[in-house]
Amino acid sequence: MTVDSVTIALVGSGGAGAMTAGQMLLDAAANVGWYGLMSRSTGPQIRGGEAAALVRLSPTPVHGPGDRFDIIIAFDWQNVERFAAELPLSDKSVIITDPSQGEVPAVLAASGARQVELPIKELAGKIPGGRVNMVGLGAVAAIIGLPRAGIDAVIQKALGKKGDAAIQASNAGIDAGSKEVAGWNLGLELAAPNKAEGAVRWNISGNEAAGLGALKGGVKFCAAYPITPATEILEWLAPNLAKTGGKLVQAEDELASIAMCLGASFSGVPSITATAGPGLSLMTECIGLGVASETPVVIVDVQRGGPSTGIPTKSEQSDLNIAVYGLHGDAPHLVVGPTSIGDCLFTTQWAVHLAEALQTPAIVLSDQAMGQSRAIIDKPADAPYVAKRLLATDLGGEDKYKRYANTESGISPAAIPGMPGGEHTADGLEHAENALPSSQASDHQKQLDKRLRKLTSFDFGDAWADIEGEGEIAVVTWGSATGPSREAVRRLEAEGKKARLVAIRLISPVQPSKLAAALEGVTKVLVVEQTHGAQFHKFLRGHYDLPGKVSVFSRPGPLPIRAREVHETLLSLI
Amino acid sequence: MDTHLTEDVVGPMPHDYKSDVKPIWCPGCGDYSVLAGITRAMANMGLKRENTVVVSGIGCSSRIPAYTSVYGYHTVHGRSLPVAAGVKLARPELDVLIFGGDGDGFSIGGGHFLHACRRNVDMTYIVMDNQVYGMTKGQASPTTESDWCESKLTPEGPGVNPIQPVALALACGANFVARGFSGDPNEVARLIVEGVKHPGFSVIHVLSPCVTFRPEQRNWKSTVHPYGREPTDDPNQAMRAVLEDDGFGLGIFLAGNRRPFQPASKDSHTIAQIEERFAV
Repeated sequence: MTVDSVTIALVGSGGAGAMTAGQMLLDAAANVGWYGLMSRSTGPQIRGGEAAALVRLSPTPVHGPGDRFDIIIAFDWQNVERFAAELPLSDKSVIITDPSQGEVPAVLAASGARQVELPIKELAGKIPGGRVNMVGLGAVAAIIGLPRAGIDAVIQKALGKKGDAAIQASNAGIDAGSKEVAGWNLGLELAAPNKAEGAVRWNISGNEAAGLGALKGGVKFCAAYPITPATEILEWLAPNLAKTGGKLVQAEDELASIAMCLGASFSGVPSITATAGPGLSLMTECIGLGVASETPVVIVDVQRGGPSTGIPTKSEQSDLNIAVYGLHGDAPHLVVGPTSIGDCLFTTQWAVHLAEALQTPAIVLSDQAMGQSRAIIDKPADAPYVAKRLLATDLGGEDKYKRYANTESGISPAAIPGMPGGEHTADGLEHAENALPSSQASDHQKQLDKRLRKLTSFDFGDAWADIEGEGEIAVVTWGSATGPSREAVRRLEAEGKKARLVAIRLISPVQPSKLAAALEGVTKVLVVEQTHGAQFHKFLRGHYDLPGKVSVFSRPGPLPIRAREVHETLLSLI
Repeated sequence: MDTHLTEDVVGPMPHDYKSDVKPIWCPGCGDYSVLAGITRAMANMGLKRENTVVVSGIGCSSRIPAYTSVYGYHTVHGRSLPVAAGVKLARPELDVLIFGGDGDGFSIGGGHFLHACRRNVDMTYIVMDNQVYGMTKGQASPTTESDWCESKLTPEGPGVNPIQPVALALACGANFVARGFSGDPNEVARLIVEGVKHPGFSVIHVLSPCVTFRPEQRNWKSTVHPYGREPTDDPNQAMRAVLEDDGFGLGIFLAGNRRPFQPASKDSHTIAQIEERFAV
């Protein structure tokens, strides 16, 4: 008897190596052909403090966190109370505990989960250079039936440079852990992998995927200011932009990073920055300048718990309002949200393309749950979207160049420095078509109309949403809430019931006729999102007609939304 | 006006760098003369209009880009320096100049000034200092005397000491620091030419009277004086001299030797090579 999904928490205070063990577990599972997802739960400490690697593995693609944890293995129980709520258990779960680390905390024991003892520290102590996390990795690998060859390759890759002694110590730890659990028969052996010959899979985080999307879209400039949980995008782009002819500069703050991006973009170079809520707040004035001066720029906001400093290391979808409505004045711009870790690539690449095509800022709303999680996915298909700005031609003739020409599409051909005859001053002041400042009512009306029209008349194609399933009940969701919603809809289908999923990728501008078509025949709508204020629901209510009875599943972070919860809610509505 | 500069023997003239937009400034404003100095400097250097970018923030002097005929970006209050750095870092072949006032540069943009000086991107910053916010009708700026009582916002005077922009620029590591006076646009033009030619970040502090809210600044023409020393490449010497100066000494204080900042970029990989590393 095997299981078709297994969810594991490796828990330990900083220094125990829980994150490293989780990473190696994911890598090893990928090597043998399983899909997987690893998210991180950490406190605010720089070193030390509570940490957990949360790993879910399956022979089929993993869309989100598991319903419950099948296995918790703890190297110690330090401060586990702080995130115990993120570790749902049942009486079928197994808690693997080291007797030297004291009792299983009551908050976890209360679940009724089975408890088994493993003397992790003692076993590691018997090995020269032995580490508890390798003993734990060995135990987990044996319990789920992970072939040893998968781990060997990971050890070789991770420790090859450190020499034979390090490799031997790790191997001995893994052997000790796996030997100790032999015969436990916990019934958590994962079904065999099912990977087609020649199929290519990737091991990638959402933040890496967003960085790669930027490169593939043609970004050549990034100005960066570090902020959790977005920093990895910037750190990934630093070497990789340089290797592809681009440049990254560290700015003094987010006011400067967005301003530098606008400067680079004004000079014709596609630009990006990445930040989180506090940084986005600081950037809003310059994003408005991008709207008014029609200067494209992409801002990836990796959302975290807010408001203010909030919960920097944990996920939420609560920057929706500021992303859509945060600019002063009537300032139409692009807001898009990736629907999975892998989709951080496509959506960021698409955002670069759209920003350049429409000469306006694009905000990409990722979040901590996608950005800092790592997934094993099928290699994403190549998308054709690249940066291509409509440039002015026939400059230098009789007619003076009009930077903000009131064209039918609303898109005005751009002149960039180096183009003789295109000289003009781009301006955040309202302006006439010739770019000169104007406070006249007619110019304001004309330019407002033009800046809106270029967004509303653009054909965004099918990428505006991910749509699947059929039936009279529909889940409407976005961002990282898509994964559990998708899994819930498919679970219903597997049970012979019908449901639809509409995950909106293009948040702004809104697409009322497309959503109406997607919801044709629907009598019940369930809105799923991770906010306290039901921001997405209110956004939908403000811009769309939702058919039939509308229900909302909305909960703030840091608790992730799980497929079981969406599934149960759908069942209660059917 | 021709849109291309002709390569005749006389070369471009200052008016080739002026647009036909009438400035919003008050009659007698020092900024008219600074604008004259700027266009003279551009003509002297024969800058290509299409390869020249001028960036500004918000304020009276920040209106200058639209009064020129080169590429310009009139941005938001206080952010001209990072916008300009983005232009220059992304397109190093362009000539980049920044215009602004004391409030834009040292109050709302003060943090960026510090980092622009230490970052040393090769561009030239012309700050027109009139010790007042003119566009908002006469409030104290970071360079206003602490006992100036003419503002409704601070009727008892701002009560805080002014900063000295030249000393601040030196302290923050600017590579070229000079002071000019709008009453002598030829000298302003000379300082701008020297600043643009000098590698790295050049700060040109220009005393530019506000005749509307600080009419007493009309007397600056008799207050300014040559600074009286040769430019040095030693920031310590320059700083000592500036601290002895009364704030009205004109000339080049520092022409330093720091290398301009430019991030590395080598175009050695294809994206296919980079994404290969994600393959399991």
